[in-house]
Amino acid sequence: MGQNPTPEADFTAAVDFEKVQQEPKFQELRRRHRSFVFPMAIAFLLWYFAYVLLADYAHDFMSIKVIGNINVGLILGLLQFVSTFAITMWYVSFANKKLDPIAAEMRSELESAAVEPQAGEKN
Amino acid sequence: MLPLTTTTQAETQVGEPWLNITIFGLFVAITMVIVLRASRNNKTAADYYAAGRSFTGGQNGTAIAGDYLSAASFLGICGAIAINGYDGFMYSIGFLVAWLVALLLVAELLRNTGKFTMADVLSFRLKQRPVRIAAATTTLAVCFFYLLAQMAGAGGLVSLLLGIDDRLGQSIVIVVVGALMILYVLVGGMKGTTWVQIIKACLLIAGAFVMTIWVLAMYGFNFSALLGDAAATAGTTDILNPGMQYGASETSKFDFISLALALVLGTAGLPHVLMRFYTVPTAKEARKSVVWAIWLIGAFYLFTLVLGYGAGALIGPEVIEAAPGGVNSAAPLLAFELGGPLLLGLISAVAFATILAVVAGLTITAAASFAHDIYANVVRKGQVDADGEVKVARRTVVVIGILSILGGIGAQGQNIAFLVALAFAVAASANLPTIIYSLFWKKFSTQGAIWSMYGGLAAALILIAFSPVVSGTETSMIPGADFAWFPLKNPGIISIPLAFFLGWLGTVLDKRVEDPAKQAEMEVRSLTGVGAEKAVDH
Repeated sequence: MGQNPTPEADFTAAVDFEKVQQEPKFQELRRRHRSFVFPMAIAFLLWYFAYVLLADYAHDFMSIKVIGNINVGLILGLLQFVSTFAITMWYVSFANKKLDPIAAEMRSELESAAVEPQAGEKN
Repeated sequence: MLPLTTTTQAETQVGEPWLNITIFGLFVAITMVIVLRASRNNKTAADYYAAGRSFTGGQNGTAIAGDYLSAASFLGICGAIAINGYDGFMYSIGFLVAWLVALLLVAELLRNTGKFTMADVLSFRLKQRPVRIAAATTTLAVCFFYLLAQMAGAGGLVSLLLGIDDRLGQSIVIVVVGALMILYVLVGGMKGTTWVQIIKACLLIAGAFVMTIWVLAMYGFNFSALLGDAAATAGTTDILNPGMQYGASETSKFDFISLALALVLGTAGLPHVLMRFYTVPTAKEARKSVVWAIWLIGAFYLFTLVLGYGAGALIGPEVIEAAPGGVNSAAPLLAFELGGPLLLGLISAVAFATILAVVAGLTITAAASFAHDIYANVVRKGQVDADGEVKVARRTVVVIGILSILGGIGAQGQNIAFLVALAFAVAASANLPTIIYSLFWKKFSTQGAIWSMYGGLAAALILIAFSPVVSGTETSMIPGADFAWFPLKNPGIISIPLAFFLGWLGTVLDKRVEDPAKQAEMEVRSLTGVGAEKAVDH
């Protein structure tokens, strides 16, 4: 990117990113983002691999019929769909409420700071 | 699938080839008009590679579904469920859950830090030249294997759908598919490609939905009754339980874990999927794209569960396996069973459209990677204007198109699942570790990226080369030889952790320290979207 300057790159050339990185507001944004996505990623991967191991090694358990011909394996498989949809909706609502407002605020601050360099000093 | 008796041949040679061709021709004509209209404003590199970042999250999400639901997904998974039952279903779960990696860890941050290609992100704060070359190499490798799989699949499909069995006829069809794809990508760029994918996704999902309702209605919307009938037709209730395919031995069980790992970590490293995130204006739209994609892909895989068992119940595994096209013929045969030649024609046209759209998406990704990463940034060191870059990209499209036509003709009859699994394993080993490290690990260095990408790529390729897929068994690529010492068909369980380890080792052993200002810039950009959001204003 650095070798191929674009209008976007020029626009932020005046921004001191190292300073922005140390700002409490940015630290808070990063903390919120990471403290949601990391535990969630670990949780769904564990749940997925628990399912994979059960389907792979616990055939008898997965073959127990629950309702009619629908067995434990099918229900756990469909629950993977449910959990995927649920995590998706959870993340979207989290990001809309907790991440987007800070990101938008910082963005407009940095943009106005780039237009008027003095304004950036207040942060 | 060669030993066919003449009676099964007569029974399974279904539908009217000319009807299939006509419906497919209509699809091509309609999409071509849309592509021409959509591409009138293709001027800048951002127009050509990223559709001017003009798509909404909903449109892009539909296009992602169109890109992701390849013929392997539609025909392959329906067939796998019809024949192997539950084990086929496990594939679709891996393909779906993988999207959470893209949603939570990759999509938005990537949208905020790159412009056109995966290499933009990976080389952002590391040394440009070596990292770009490595990222372009892995991108081209993944695209190449995926392309081969799709082209080989196109050849196999026609034997069923158009009644063209001989090698020459199939080769001609591959040439036609390849030529159409070149035309779409050349004329339409990313905008045209995206529209082809959107139209195809709508047709595919609508078609699968109608068939699903149809099958369920035949069983009074009682899924349990459908399962019972599938077990009765198959003659065994094993089809409802896990283990029919992967439960055979301890090795095959372990192989499934390896495959599951490659599937779940591969999606977020597929370059043609990553590139789609650049076609939207903001990170929020990138997030919406993934959400749309997850809903559409999830719904589609639920349909395939019904369709797969429906094909198993109404047609039966033995008939499917004996049909030309084998396992892949389950969905088309079910369409014929339900709606006669017309529905078969529609579903066949959708299947062709599927291959066309996926191939177009892969081609533009490979061309962008070559023109933007290798030509503009490495060969010309950034001293080239956007027009020159797009010109190179267009030429690359033609070269890649011709290569994939030749490769597709050569790969006829090859194991398609092997090629797709290879693409996923390479993506998960060579790309994902570096993507995750560069987005989240402050100390990550150029040496770590290089070691991880080349190490992951080499490990995946070497392990595949010495696996039973290439030699040692009757179904191998080279059945006569036996130089397989790696017991698993999928290398993921070794190559993915190895690539993560190499990324860490390369970094801690690196004497060079990366520029902290660049790291700060990347982190601030990735989370706030500063700079990137203005990219719409052209």
